[in-house]
Amino acid sequence: MEVWTSMAIAALVASAVYLLTDRNLVRVLLGIVLLGNGVNLALFLAGDLVRGAPALIPEGAEAPTGMGANALPQALVLTAIVIGFGLFSFALSLIYRTFRQTGSINSDDLATAGDGDAASANGSNVVRPESAERKEAA
Amino acid sequence: MTAWIVALPLIVPIITALATFFLGPSRFTRLVSLAGAAALLATGVLLLGTVWTDGIQVASMGSWTLPFGIALVADHLAAAMVLITGVIGVAVAGYAVAAPDRSREARGYAPLFHVLLLGVAGAFLTGDLFNLYVWFEVMLIASFGLLVLGRSTGELVGGVKYVVLNLIGTLLFLLGLALLYGVTGTLNMADLHRVVAAGEASGSVVPAALVLALAFGAKAAVFPLFFWLPASYHTTGFAISALFAGLLTKVGVYALIRVFTLVFAAQSALTIGVFWSVAVLTMVVGVLGAASQGEMRRILSFHIVSQIGYMIVGLALFTPLALTAAVFYLLHHMVVKANLFLVAGVVRRLCGSLDLKRTGGLVKRSPWLAVLFLIPALSLAGVPPLSGFWAKFLVIEASIDAADYILAGVAIGVGLLTLFSMIKIWNEVFWKASPSAMTSGDEWTASRGVGTVALPIAGLAATTLLIGLTVSPALTLAERASAELMNPAGYVAAVLGGHTP
Repeated sequence: MEVWTSMAIAALVASAVYLLTDRNLVRVLLGIVLLGNGVNLALFLAGDLVRGAPALIPEGAEAPTGMGANALPQALVLTAIVIGFGLFSFALSLIYRTFRQTGSINSDDLATAGDGDAASANGSNVVRPESAERKEAA
Repeated sequence: MTAWIVALPLIVPIITALATFFLGPSRFTRLVSLAGAAALLATGVLLLGTVWTDGIQVASMGSWTLPFGIALVADHLAAAMVLITGVIGVAVAGYAVAAPDRSREARGYAPLFHVLLLGVAGAFLTGDLFNLYVWFEVMLIASFGLLVLGRSTGELVGGVKYVVLNLIGTLLFLLGLALLYGVTGTLNMADLHRVVAAGEASGSVVPAALVLALAFGAKAAVFPLFFWLPASYHTTGFAISALFAGLLTKVGVYALIRVFTLVFAAQSALTIGVFWSVAVLTMVVGVLGAASQGEMRRILSFHIVSQIGYMIVGLALFTPLALTAAVFYLLHHMVVKANLFLVAGVVRRLCGSLDLKRTGGLVKRSPWLAVLFLIPALSLAGVPPLSGFWAKFLVIEASIDAADYILAGVAIGVGLLTLFSMIKIWNEVFWKASPSAMTSGDEWTASRGVGTVALPIAGLAATTLLIGLTVSPALTLAERASAELMNPAGYVAAVLGGHTP
């Protein structure tokens, strides 16, 4: 069981690394999701796998009896999944927004798109033509 | 009673974040935000005072018996970091009152600001490794939101780089945690120290140590993992970049120091070699990167990277003096760096740009701002009697003490190059005549001058001056923190109650 899980983790992480090297940001994001799942499985595996013994305390007992599953990694993985989901949603919306604003999700195009003193473009009170400055910085 | 003192730096930002969220953007909300930051500073003072007189404070959340519950632990280092977090919080909130950024406020600047402070304070105080992961995430999601609050293309592109690289760093942290749990069966840091030191781990902890070093190194922006920092910090609002510059990477450095003194206390030649090369390369590459830049905030961003190298020297040498230097450097750097980014904000308002080709003439137009720039800039470069001088002096003294003359030489050389960068900014922004292409300052400047925005900047400059002139309190604090780090038995006894199984 441990061996198969380890191999699944290896497959997930390997696919993730392959996707992370891509120029397409959506594929990079999918790579992060796969990496997250691989790491979650690793966390689960770290608590030792037990088959068919849920982490429950029998009625009337004060503590788990016999060989039960380790409840702590389950709680940790659950927390990590929730956090990972939140971060994934944020990153997805960020990439979508970037695509709408720049027309590209290719990291090479974006490498130059954001140069220049952009703080003024929307946020600060200073309103000033920025186009000349952008060209120069690029 | 003590439980409350340790938990207060977490309770205050939660309440402030909720209050500012429900109040919505207004002038009153800015004042509430400032009051919340001041309250955080007050809890930091209270906490450090308690730790100073009574030693390490521990609170078990939910009153579980440790190591089974989550512990909040405040030793000298953690309490001092919370205190400095409060100082930076007050300065940045004060800046936001004096120079409000209305469009960002309308999108929820104030609540995110306090959630960030919450995450940072939580990361400093927690005594549990998984809890540290959760606080990192709290901090990270708040920083993601703050970074792209202006919605400009520059912010979005910088944000994508920042988000992707930090997400990978976070997953590495989780992986290191899994490896460590797999061989030790515990995540409480004091208990981890006991298990690792007693050799009770069921396997080697070296893989976990290296993965965690990689994860925290990415947060701390050390070589070669720093690329997200100069790619994103210069794109966002000034108050936000000052907050990031003061706090975010320093949480990574803190986590490195904490984990590599407490959990992996027995230093192997491998980790020392890794930290040694990382320290040298981070110092050199950061400062050279800064020398090649022509925009004020980019220069300052690269200097953050360079300065992180000085702090890693503490871990590379691992002597009491070196750790004292690292702690002192950490405290000094947070204040100075936030200060310089706030100055950059005022320069942007006065000159309309931060491109060094387009700035100039400020020494005539605003001599006080020039003074307020010089203090943190010279402090960063290590000119006596400012705090940066003592910080660099300690690092170099520790290197020579450990007969590591290469490290001492690099530290001195990088200090000189830092001075070169600061002089470059001084010449281009303040000293030279203003270029003809430059339009005069916007209405905000014409009507009110630098005005109240100078107050938070002056406050931070006064802090670095104060640390430098009365060096002994800060030095004693750093020495006490270093003594606790070098001898984790006190920390372990405080958390596990002395009756370790």
